[in-house]
Amino acid sequence: MKLQLAFLIATTSLPLHAVGDLSKPLEILRAVQKEGQGNADASKAWQQITKTDPANLPEVLKGMNGANPLAENWLRAAVGVIADEASKAKKMPVDALVTFLKDSTNSSGARVVAFDLIQRANAKLAETLTPTLINDVSSELRRHPVAKLIETGDKALAAQHKSDAVLAYRKGLDGARDEDQIKTLAKKLRDLGQTVDLPTHFGFLMSWKLIAPFSNADRSGFETVYPPEKELKFDAAYEGKGKEAKWVDFTSKDEYGKIDFNKPFGMEKSVVGYAAADFVSSEDRPAEIRIGCKNGWKVWLNGELLFARDEYHRGAKLDQYKLPCQLKKGKNTLLVKCCQNEQTEQWTVEWEFQLRVCDATGTAIVASK
Amino acid sequence: MKTSLILAFSLSMASGAFADWLQFRGPNAAAVSTEAQVPAEELKIAWTADLPGRGLSAPIVVGDKVFVTCSSGPGQETLHVFCFNAKDGSKRWERAMRATGRTMSHSKTSVAANTPCSDGERVFALFSSNDLFAFDLDGNLLWLRGLTFDYPNASNSLGMSQSPVVAGSTLVVQSENDAESFAAGFDVATGMNKWKLERPKAANWTSATLLKGVAALQSSKGLLGVDPDTGKTVWNYEDGASTIPSSVVSGDLIYAVSKGITALAPEKGSVTQLWRNEKLNPGTASPLVLGDHLYVVNGAGVLIKASVKNGDEAWKLRLKGPFSGSPVAAGKRIHIVNERGIFQTINPEAPGGKVMQEIELKETVLTTPAISGGAIYVRSDAKLWKLQ
Repeated sequence: MKLQLAFLIATTSLPLHAVGDLSKPLEILRAVQKEGQGNADASKAWQQITKTDPANLPEVLKGMNGANPLAENWLRAAVGVIADEASKAKKMPVDALVTFLKDSTNSSGARVVAFDLIQRANAKLAETLTPTLINDVSSELRRHPVAKLIETGDKALAAQHKSDAVLAYRKGLDGARDEDQIKTLAKKLRDLGQTVDLPTHFGFLMSWKLIAPFSNADRSGFETVYPPEKELKFDAAYEGKGKEAKWVDFTSKDEYGKIDFNKPFGMEKSVVGYAAADFVSSEDRPAEIRIGCKNGWKVWLNGELLFARDEYHRGAKLDQYKLPCQLKKGKNTLLVKCCQNEQTEQWTVEWEFQLRVCDATGTAIVASK
Repeated sequence: MKTSLILAFSLSMASGAFADWLQFRGPNAAAVSTEAQVPAEELKIAWTADLPGRGLSAPIVVGDKVFVTCSSGPGQETLHVFCFNAKDGSKRWERAMRATGRTMSHSKTSVAANTPCSDGERVFALFSSNDLFAFDLDGNLLWLRGLTFDYPNASNSLGMSQSPVVAGSTLVVQSENDAESFAAGFDVATGMNKWKLERPKAANWTSATLLKGVAALQSSKGLLGVDPDTGKTVWNYEDGASTIPSSVVSGDLIYAVSKGITALAPEKGSVTQLWRNEKLNPGTASPLVLGDHLYVVNGAGVLIKASVKNGDEAWKLRLKGPFSGSPVAAGKRIHIVNERGIFQTINPEAPGGKVMQEIELKETVLTTPAISGGAIYVRSDAKLWKLQ
């Protein structure tokens, strides 16, 4: 026990570059898993890493490459401690951080931290780097140049240079991936008489086949396997809740891609509906299906259940749930189950969802014709 | 062994020498300071510290350190834990992590909604994203959990706010929602599960209280008393309870926010109902017990004083509301801040109650104050104040 304590004190009180390389403690942090597994070892390794020389910051950030979100947080917190010391000692390794940032094979999370550290050490340098991030793989890094372009457009507009303003806003919109910035830019462009196609920008699936109503009495419909979960026969009709359930074609007119079951089926309560759509991909590729929905829902891709959420009327937003998936080349079939509950308050009317297909940055994946 | 005993004793003496406010609503979640030193009659702003993000979690105080959490970024993904010097508000340390769970919440609340807690040696910071971090008092990260990473459907699209409590060597955490609802006991030293209980599938924003070593978990179903070491049921009250204001413990009784206020005497295997007053209806604020009286702030911002013996109402006093935070008390004064940032001190012993002082903080405040060392700490989305 005494020996262990002495060892711990010795290893945690020496600067790491004097005790050895970072590979072992980084490996320990990267090994943390669900339900607290690896925490005990990680705590000691974390202390070792925080004592490293600031010159090793890029090495610590590299530890985030391919790490799970828990390990990323261990490392993020360690980077914060090292960076505080680096700031105090004016030893932030800015050049090495810039190199790290520019290498887009590094993890997005780590590159966001690197940019923040550069900004903290040298705001002017960060500003010169900002325009280079407009097409970055990190949507978070894109925010900086998009904000700058909004500012540029506003200044041009104030100086009566409308075409320059349109140019800046359009460039900003092309780069923007976050809803708040997209909304701002879309409004500014429309105010200047420009056309903005938000469904295409986001990649919403606008046309679906819908079927309803099946029963969701006592909210049991969420778990009930209705025929569309077994077969997709668009000419079939089934016994529904109080009426026959048949497939209908539905194309959303909402520019945020809302697929509203109330429109074709009426304001039903305690019901289940399904939506099916094909998405043709030009290649086998990883993707994200992002859904916003305030009803109970399930999503299947090519027959595989991606996620299910049994929550009603607590709110919905764009990209509320991000479901990583793999698209296959050719036709991919999406099936959404959307459950409405029994509540009758005015704020429980919605029976709808919005869904888009994009990459991990949030860039829309365009379906092949 | 001897060394660790001496160390433990020194630590307890060290933290005991200062005035600790270790969790949501302070000692035993009773919202009443147990210190002899009480805040001055005329309070002033002693210092203000800036915060880089939003939050309605309450500050906590461990010795001479004030801890507070906040969340920043476009989607509130950055989770901050701050430690300030109680004396002058200077920053001792800050740690920033990233949410691994969902950060969506109603616009009124935020991701830093759950109040952190401490066992005097460690600080446990839970966020609405279900991210949980344990630090020592010097900011060393001891362990972390991503509870939505572990249990993917555990979230509430309106946001969550249940504050954890420490019971012995267990951190009791609730993540109660419509989809994957649970309570769990984690080892304070490692963050590993000691137990995990399925809870009613319904959104719940109340926090646990401790009564005679038993953790009382409140939900729409009622109050469940569990052994914090094992999670096993000790007693169960099943007559329903609120999902917003939390119940309060005083002595051997729990004043449950259930059909108004219901006074309960739980014992192993049974719960005796002593009285119920359905007119004592807390709004968002949780009740408190000061001396022989229970105080409830209703949804209209009216403070109601009632007897702890039978629930009989003594008086009503209209305060400047509305309130999201709960009242706290020290000595013979009750303190509360309304949503418009008006800090109010009330003398509950004056006939009909009397507001003694108001301080305009000039910011939206949705939180509950903390009391320590004769000072009161309040936070907003942008600031932490010390009133003294």
